[in-house]
Amino acid sequence: MKRFDLIIVGAGPSGLSAAIEAAQRGLEVVVFDENEKPGGQLFKQIHKFFGSKEHRARIRGYVIGEQLLEEADKAGVKVVLNATVIGLYQDKEVVVKIGEEIQHYKGNSIVIATGAAENMVTFPGWTLPGVIGAGAAQTMMNLHGVLPGKKVLMLGSGNVGLVVSFQLLQCGCEVVALVDAAPRVGGYGVHAAKVARTGVPFYLSHTIVKAEGDDHVTGVTIAEVDDNFAFIPGTEKHFDVDTICLAVGLSPMSQLLKMAGCKMEDNPKRGGQVPICDEYGRTSLPGILVAGDVSGIEEASSAMIEGRMAGIVAAEYLGYIDKGTLDKELDKLSKALLDLRQGMFAPSNRGKAITETEEGIAISESLLRKGYVDDSEIERFPGVTHQSGVHPVIECTQNIPCNPCQDACPKKCISIGDNITSLPIVLPDSECINCGMCVASCSGQAIFLVNEDLGDGTATVTLPYEFLPLPEAGTNGVALGRDGKVVCDATVVGVKSMKAFDKTNLLTMRVPKEYAMTARFFKAK
Amino acid sequence: MAERIVEHPILGVVEKGKKVNFLFDGKEVSGYEGEPIAVALKAAGLMVHRYTAKEHKPRGIFCAIGRCTDCVMVVDGIPNVRTCITPLREGMDVRTQYGVSDKPFEK
Amino acid sequence: MVNDRSRDIGPFVPGPDDDMLICRCEEITKGEIRKAVHDGMWTMTEIRRYLRTGMGLCQGQTCSRLVKGIVARELGVSPSELEPATSRVPMRPIEMRIFANEAKDGEMNV
Repeated sequence: MKRFDLIIVGAGPSGLSAAIEAAQRGLEVVVFDENEKPGGQLFKQIHKFFGSKEHRARIRGYVIGEQLLEEADKAGVKVVLNATVIGLYQDKEVVVKIGEEIQHYKGNSIVIATGAAENMVTFPGWTLPGVIGAGAAQTMMNLHGVLPGKKVLMLGSGNVGLVVSFQLLQCGCEVVALVDAAPRVGGYGVHAAKVARTGVPFYLSHTIVKAEGDDHVTGVTIAEVDDNFAFIPGTEKHFDVDTICLAVGLSPMSQLLKMAGCKMEDNPKRGGQVPICDEYGRTSLPGILVAGDVSGIEEASSAMIEGRMAGIVAAEYLGYIDKGTLDKELDKLSKALLDLRQGMFAPSNRGKAITETEEGIAISESLLRKGYVDDSEIERFPGVTHQSGVHPVIECTQNIPCNPCQDACPKKCISIGDNITSLPIVLPDSECINCGMCVASCSGQAIFLVNEDLGDGTATVTLPYEFLPLPEAGTNGVALGRDGKVVCDATVVGVKSMKAFDKTNLLTMRVPKEYAMTARFFKAK
Repeated sequence: MAERIVEHPILGVVEKGKKVNFLFDGKEVSGYEGEPIAVALKAAGLMVHRYTAKEHKPRGIFCAIGRCTDCVMVVDGIPNVRTCITPLREGMDVRTQYGVSDKPFEK
Repeated sequence: MVNDRSRDIGPFVPGPDDDMLICRCEEITKGEIRKAVHDGMWTMTEIRRYLRTGMGLCQGQTCSRLVKGIVARELGVSPSELEPATSRVPMRPIEMRIFANEAKDGEMNV
């Protein structure tokens, strides 16, 4: 039986990261993945990632996927695709279906990086064609170039629901509503805000009553729910849709670990059945490690760090590096991981209602209930200041681990400081040169360049714009507010696209000056 | 019901393989070689992949990554083929699956 | 508490959503699952063998979490107290001819 130093199951962000670290230290590594293509969910992620430079922030997910594959290739990692691991036995024997054969391999160490599966909810009609998982929508539009539907209702306001809603808008679908049974938006406020300002209505404390249609979905009814998640009669709302997208959470795909005999626990904080493991991914079975969502639902950035940890731990387990080196490297990675686990959305804050930022500013209630910061709330955040001439307005209102904006400004106008979750501030007397780098580098699309008064009664607002077609200079239309409602007429002054902006176009529109602080999106007439 | 994305604001012009023809319940449909059968059907506006054994209810794409097995059809005579992860080839014979067969249920 | 079979969980009371389909593959409803609990099927493994929930093509990928929630509620316990059903080979649907087609030793090459 062929033996490898390290067998990894799953070629997603964590599996590939583990493979790279282990192979670079001399281990013979093979990665099995059941899919036709490697990268896990990374190639469906087209938004810019959060975090800091060491977390590959500001880089789009699919580009990170390409980078990982290149690094894996350079390190000599063998990635076997269409290879379905169907069993994991004692003494680290891996049974894998490759082609039309069943093959057996032994690993001196194993990393299970199988990721997660989507949760589902039931309602009458949930089995109709046209009711799909959010992952299915991403697969169809971002991998295969086909629209999941034309009129879509999204259920779920976590980051997946928000991000996929935006992706649907980007490829030209209409998102008729974003619905969640919870009373508060579950994902990042900046993700919600960029969806809300395009005009998508949010229905919190609402859920699906039924999907309608004979052979496929033709409509959906939602209704408000009370504190016990029971429908409130008379609150029903109907939408004509052809697609209902479900984004109601993920569960770790940990069955292989259970089968291998790892000690397991059901841990709601980590998303379900997970192996009991230490902070570096060591399970109860020596030499069997875990990384990524399979050991607790988080996101791709932390999965990559967990993967790197597991790869390094495997190297030490097999004697390729000594304990001292291991401790030093793990220490560094732990710090990077800790950075990502800070802030309002930290795993330790799950389920808690946060009412104040770390700076002591009241959180926008409107953002949590409707998906956008209300005009009356925006001025209290430190990134929102007033200056003469063009200046950045940073509508970043929750503590999330992200800091590309402070490095983006060549004039050092923006500061976050050492604490990665602090709200960005615009430094007084800063000299904005209207370069647009901050707007393009903000992964949350929360930065605008505003000239509040051009002297002729008008103002200009520059906003991130990732849609097609790109309006040309001179195009007349309307400006939408943060709530997605029309605030005034607007004319496009210009659209800037540069390589450094990485496909985030900067659209500048001219509006009457009294709307400088409320106009946040452009819609052509 | 669905359309192909010609140009995407982030991913650019969508690259596809060779255009091929295949059969859906005996009718000629076109798609692109190598894309999942389910994607070609979706682009052609065909949403019902099968009818269930017990209740005879329609099913189609649900997870699109080969997990849920709701999109199975009879492909080249073989039932239970997961069309969302099976690449399309010229001349494939794709049929609606009734229970586990391609014969419609008797009324 | 989960394994105390002498515990009285009360009679089966029909619910308005008993006809909701839960296991998409085997077409098992919520009502059938709830009834099975009252028939004495208190573990996920028993439910599976009794009703075939999670035994269809997808092997419980979609419904196992839903079934667990329904059984737990019927028993009046938290879902995390219920042991999940046994995990065993094959983890994915596979044709028997392939499952039985072991690569011969010496031919194992990736």
